[in-house]
Amino acid sequence: MEVILELRELSKQFATHRAVHDVSLAIDRGAFFSLLGPSGCGKTTTLRLIAGFETPSGGEIWLNGLRIDALPPFRRNVNTVFQSYALFPHLTVLGNVEFGLRHAPAADAQQRVRLVLEQVQMSDKQSRKPSELSGGERQRVALARALVLAPDVLLLDEPLSALDPQLRKQVRAELKALQRQTGVTFLFVTHDQEEALALSDRIAVMRGGEIEQAGTPQELYQKPRTRFVACFLGEMNWVDGVGIRPECVRVSGDAVLNACAGRVLHTTFLGPHQHIAIRLERGEAVTVQAAATVALKVGETVHVSWDPIDELRFPA
Amino acid sequence: MTRLRTIFATPAAALMLVTIAVPAGIIGVYSILNRGAYGGVELPWTLENYSRLIDPLYGGIFVRSLALAAAATALCILLGFPLALFIAHSGTRKNLYLSLVILPFWTSFLIRLYAWMFLLRDTGLINTVLQSLGVIRQPLPLLYNNGAVLLGLVYGFLPFAVLPIYAILERLDKSLLEAAADLGARPIAVLTRVTLPLCAPGIGAAAILVFVPSLGTYITSDLLGGSKTILIGNLVQNQFTTARDWPFGAAVSIVLMIVAVLLMFTVRRRGEELL
Repeated sequence: MEVILELRELSKQFATHRAVHDVSLAIDRGAFFSLLGPSGCGKTTTLRLIAGFETPSGGEIWLNGLRIDALPPFRRNVNTVFQSYALFPHLTVLGNVEFGLRHAPAADAQQRVRLVLEQVQMSDKQSRKPSELSGGERQRVALARALVLAPDVLLLDEPLSALDPQLRKQVRAELKALQRQTGVTFLFVTHDQEEALALSDRIAVMRGGEIEQAGTPQELYQKPRTRFVACFLGEMNWVDGVGIRPECVRVSGDAVLNACAGRVLHTTFLGPHQHIAIRLERGEAVTVQAAATVALKVGETVHVSWDPIDELRFPA
Repeated sequence: MTRLRTIFATPAAALMLVTIAVPAGIIGVYSILNRGAYGGVELPWTLENYSRLIDPLYGGIFVRSLALAAAATALCILLGFPLALFIAHSGTRKNLYLSLVILPFWTSFLIRLYAWMFLLRDTGLINTVLQSLGVIRQPLPLLYNNGAVLLGLVYGFLPFAVLPIYAILERLDKSLLEAAADLGARPIAVLTRVTLPLCAPGIGAAAILVFVPSLGTYITSDLLGGSKTILIGNLVQNQFTTARDWPFGAAVSIVLMIVAVLLMFTVRRRGEELL
């Protein structure tokens, strides 16, 4: 795979705090790459450094074989989908989509505009103003406006967070389809682990301005390198300093070998399965994922066990 | 809620009625009466005050007033926009710069105009300094001309242009400017393609706030323009004072008001079309 975007020990120091510290990353051409982390972890600042809205305090940014960290935003072949979409309110959908082509004239501009409007299904609304569009439509216009310029990398700053939850899953699927269809490299910033797991080819988990771990969603979920990554992606039980996923814990009425006894605290029905919270006799509370058909009463004594192979251990 | 709104609006509405609507009505009535022998007005009704305005003499005064007001408005916006932009991008110093813009209001406009006279007159500071430096031999005619009036208008009304434009720029979503740069627009293109169009309402408000008082000004033209530069404001003032022709002064006022209101609506319209 060819690397299209590379960050080398990228840092950003603000007057009051260090937002990004020694971040190194390589993103493959055509990948869907996510920067995942809680708010304030430096993921948005990293994105803004790549876009050129912030100047790095140290390190390098290489795009398509060119060092770009000293270039102004208008010279970088990356485009951004802003969290608020930042559509120009005085221009129509068409005016917004055509905005960037004025600065990068292309012979096939008309055709590209038409194609991208079709791709985001906004052809019939191209003469509307942003104020006349729904949240989902605005998001699609923001995508079209950026994609029409055929960027080397499309930067997306939490583009789903402004949408209501029902719409989010649908738009998520559309986004993934659009990325596959266009083949453009997506760098997606999110704090939503479910979103990152569902969309990404690779994820970098950030914490306190640094990359905690980068890898495929499977690697991060199954082989988290730190406690933070283990907790941030999916749910995690901690028993005697060892991590165990709820779906790896078995629950039974009878005492089996190596099982711990406990009492059911409460159950949460989740449709296809349920989460059973159990207080172990030894003290810890664990959550067990069980089939929805398992019927347990609150206060009932049960035995939980797991395969030691599923245990996750971390250096202290 | 409606009642609360009514209560809140009443004092201002009452004040407007008493100080603007009623006097405007009185002026309207005066303008269709005859002049009294010693000022004041007398019956019978007449439209002669308006027909007298057709005289080219008054046409000239109207045209000169409109031209000066238009020039003052254009200059105030040309100077005010960059200043407003500068202040809006000044971070923590915003409030300092804003108070500097407002600072002149703490001194009477009349006193500030006298200060300008002191600077501009033949024996004023500028001419004295230039002469003593040997740059000029004869004093430059800086005072008592259209240029001096224009200077006074721009000086006096510049804050009225800066403030509404600043108010819009300050609220402008910064991510729109970033988005424009992100889409390849250089700083100058960001300014012309995003900032300026989005500022149109502020510029429209600035234009009205400068143009209307400039059109009706009489102190500035009186002090800085001398007797040569008569504007509508001076014409009105003269009719009510020395000429003792109240009905004609009233008629000129009414025409001035109509012109101002018409222009205001035109600017509004244009502003709404832009957005």
